[in-house]
Amino acid sequence: MILWPAPGNPGRPIPGGTSLRTNVPKLLSLWAGLLPFLLFCLLFLILPTFKIVTGAFQAPDGTFTLDNIRMMNSGNIPSAFWVSIKISFVSALLGGVAGFAVSAALAFGAVPKALRGAATTFSGVAANFAGVPLAFAFIATLGPVGLVNVMLRSNNMATLQQMGFSIYGFWGLTMAYVFFQLPLMILMILPALDGLKREWREAAAILGASGAQYWRMIALPILTPALLGTFALLFANAFGAVATAMALTGANLNIVPILLFAQIRGDVLGNPHLGYALAFGMIVVTAVANTLYIWLRVRSERWLK
Amino acid sequence: MNLWVRITGWLAFVLAAGYMLVPLFGMTEFSLKARRGVYSLDAYARVIGDTEFQATFGYSVTLALATIVLGVLIVVPTAFWVRLKMPWARPFVEFLTLLPLVIPAIVLVFGYIRLYNTSSFLPLTGSAAGTNLLLALGYTVLALPYMYRAIDTGLRTIDVPTLTEAAQSLGAGWVTILWRIVLPNVMVAVLSGAFLTFAIVIGEYTLAALLDRPAFGPYLQRIGTNKPYEPFALSVISFAITWACMGLIQLATRLSKHTKAQR
Repeated sequence: MILWPAPGNPGRPIPGGTSLRTNVPKLLSLWAGLLPFLLFCLLFLILPTFKIVTGAFQAPDGTFTLDNIRMMNSGNIPSAFWVSIKISFVSALLGGVAGFAVSAALAFGAVPKALRGAATTFSGVAANFAGVPLAFAFIATLGPVGLVNVMLRSNNMATLQQMGFSIYGFWGLTMAYVFFQLPLMILMILPALDGLKREWREAAAILGASGAQYWRMIALPILTPALLGTFALLFANAFGAVATAMALTGANLNIVPILLFAQIRGDVLGNPHLGYALAFGMIVVTAVANTLYIWLRVRSERWLK
Repeated sequence: MNLWVRITGWLAFVLAAGYMLVPLFGMTEFSLKARRGVYSLDAYARVIGDTEFQATFGYSVTLALATIVLGVLIVVPTAFWVRLKMPWARPFVEFLTLLPLVIPAIVLVFGYIRLYNTSSFLPLTGSAAGTNLLLALGYTVLALPYMYRAIDTGLRTIDVPTLTEAAQSLGAGWVTILWRIVLPNVMVAVLSGAFLTFAIVIGEYTLAALLDRPAFGPYLQRIGTNKPYEPFALSVISFAITWACMGLIQLATRLSKHTKAQR
């Protein structure tokens, strides 16, 4: 990250000057142009986050403590993190694999070209169709009186509930999340697949590689950073989601966002600073996932530009 | 192409399409079943006639428009200034605009509640008007990554330094340059950012619920627990709104292809 112009770099001159020392007022007026934006970010992005992070390390009287972090290992907090991580992982994996298969079919012409535009437009809509309405779409389809059960019942077959499936549980929520993970995967990975050059495939074929060998030894190694990076992004995407879980499972399922929601509303943990620690834990998980994503994206751009 | 590859490709496509389309069909079908035995639009009529729906929907639309205005006011001058005067600061500004994707919305609103409570230096949550403002500002933060990206891409297609110099030599000040030169030139980008913002804000739940504002998202969640068919009708309506917003973005970008400067 460059916060300061590099002195003596001909490619990035400071407008109207050469030396840093004589240009302090100039530099200040430059930054002044960003002042509204920086102030906005400070007040509504940095400071609120900072408040949470510092609060996680404070005792009620304001002194520094690690007790809040230690207390995260008590009650239902570890299990909430575990269930959240499982749901995010499984939904990212299912959505990722399915999205990759569809993208591959679109990119390599297994299905007609005409479907591609329709699929990407639809993906743009579906990836943004999350929240409360998504929960209702799945209740209407897989819920106790939903479409699938009505069809099963009219054919005298066992309902989903009798088969042990509940839309309000782990798999119900995971399936609902796949609804926005799958199209997001398509939007993210399709450009990467387009970046695979035809010449590489031809060169491999000339050297005697079979289709499977091309995939195993050339295409997949090149795609790996992009695939893992997108997976990390999907993971973070599911981990921070609140509304769908709230509307679908309510308090049935003990996951971090719902626990934090209840804590903000009514201090269910009985310790405001434990709430800060919980929120801090969420930031850590999504920050790790996003850092992985950014790092892997930079790596993947080495070949797929 | 190999027949098996073709078959697997089709299979993947059809299965995925089914996975995506069946819930949408299920939701629509269920929303039409309010009258026993026949399909009807009763649920829609009831929902649209509900005064609470009208109030919350109106509130969310107003909020979305306020968010778009705030976003444009903050992002356009910033992206313009960075492009014109300090391109070396772009990674830093870009990093800031991407932070809302890293920090979950629920954590952000938790920070707001603690930071701007009645005993703080800026007691925004103390009054309804203050909370409305805080909500709009929060939505501006959520939309920041999309807004900045759209507008920065838009600025790339025009020659910012030349246009600025031309305007300045004709005597224009910064406000005139932004309002009459830059904004019309990146209008298409602003519009796609605006439609995306609208789609995000209209059904948003977390911020509105935790700041306790009468928005559409919390209303939808509440009605889901006590009405049989109406929530599904509302879900169909919000899906249609998302479609409309994305369609308008596509339309805007298609129009931009004709107006883009030739380089």
